Amino acid sequence: MCLGIPGRVVSIEDEARHIAKVDVSGVKRNVNVGLVLPDGLDVGDWVLIHVGFAISKIDEEEAEATLGFLREMGEMFDQELDDYRSSGIA
Amino acid sequence: MTGAEGMRFVDEFRDPGIARTLVKRIDALAGGGSFKFMEVCGGHTHTIYQHGLHAILPDAIDLVHGPGCPVCVIPMGRVDDAIAIARTDGVIFTTYGDMMRVPGGDGSLLDAKADGADVRFVYSPLDALRIATENPDREVVFFAIGFETTTPSTAVTLLRAKAEGIDNFSVFCNHVTILPAIKAILDSPDMRLEGFVGPGHVSTIIGTKPYWWIPERYDKPVVISGFEPIDVLQSVLMLLEQIVEGRREVENQYGRVVREEGNPRALEAIHRTMELRPQFEWRGLGFISRSALKLRPELADFDAEVRFDVPGVRVADPKSCQCGEVLKGVIKPWECRVFGTACTPETPIGTCMVSSEGACAAYYNYGRYALREEAARARKGATA
Repeated sequence: MCLGIPGRVVSIEDEARHIAKVDVSGVKRNVNVGLVLPDGLDVGDWVLIHVGFAISKIDEEEAEATLGFLREMGEMFDQELDDYRSSGIA
Repeated sequence: MTGAEGMRFVDEFRDPGIARTLVKRIDALAGGGSFKFMEVCGGHTHTIYQHGLHAILPDAIDLVHGPGCPVCVIPMGRVDDAIAIARTDGVIFTTYGDMMRVPGGDGSLLDAKADGADVRFVYSPLDALRIATENPDREVVFFAIGFETTTPSTAVTLLRAKAEGIDNFSVFCNHVTILPAIKAILDSPDMRLEGFVGPGHVSTIIGTKPYWWIPERYDKPVVISGFEPIDVLQSVLMLLEQIVEGRREVENQYGRVVREEGNPRALEAIHRTMELRPQFEWRGLGFISRSALKLRPELADFDAEVRFDVPGVRVADPKSCQCGEVLKGVIKPWECRVFGTACTPETPIGTCMVSSEGACAAYYNYGRYALREEAARARKGATA
């Protein structure tokens, strides 16, 4: 559960609650982005997600490298992606 | 096994050339010495075993696993407390999946669920909050565990619950802080370490400054590390370079994600919602002062320990389980007397075998070949 998974911001869903839709490996779910807002956040930006929260902005190169590394984890990444898929943050 | 034979694992890396160069430099710097480094974070432990780094590294480097596995350090008594809350009439008890199978003194949350308690897995504390809004006539409790990486998520969720007046939501807070655990290990008489591979995502939140006392007071280097195999190898090299050059510093190998100041907004959310407990019990490490967080009195309405009867009874670990020694790095997982026999990921006795970040589970899943090599190394040592 300490994994940080990279995702790309697809849309801002609820500005007041700091909720954005973020695409992780094709799975799009709502994530709280409040912790990274001071850095500015736009659609298309990459963030590192942990338990439904963006904890850090990252660049595309880092995101691709991390995703490659996580995919090598096989089952563990599949589980993390399943967990992300199960989320219904509003 | 080291050197040429171990290097075949390197071929599987995305950039084997860099890995080879790093290992050569580590080998040259380490010489015939002996260096014991602790990787604090379970994520690093996972990387080390998945990619066979311990086999690739020269014999002079011994990587010891630390306490940074959130599920592993929760003591049995707290699991029993969680189960007691989950069994309360009208409660929906929500938890991260990893905690479901952790055995308490009398079964796990999964067992309680089988007995009829409404225990639900959630991905995020915000999912627990959503369940609370969807079930206004039920009490929804979130089992909050984790280090500083995870704590801000609970904090922000609490702030939202308060702002939106969601009064059927509460948190059973078990958040822990990594630095007092590192200090406990440094103060432990049975541990001799030359340096620390520092946690990456915890440092994303707390930054690099809070580690200052490790080089200054304990004369040990710290290198905060990323999670890819190359990151860990580079961090080991950076630790060695510090030692060889006579430096003792906190260095940041994971600068592409970790900033010196951490994430100030996350720290502020924690500060607004939680305060230090005078002490907290860690599995295997015992009671450590000021090492965990509880909700601030202003948030008592959202504090499950205030809202529910929590037994709060201390439960000793099973005698056969050596998780404590594994968490302190005193023994390797496979040296535990029940590892892989009575204790497996399917039927775990200790927490280290439950979580995928636990050293025992990582060793069990990836370390089969490693085990053989450790045994061969031990034999070689015995006959040398």
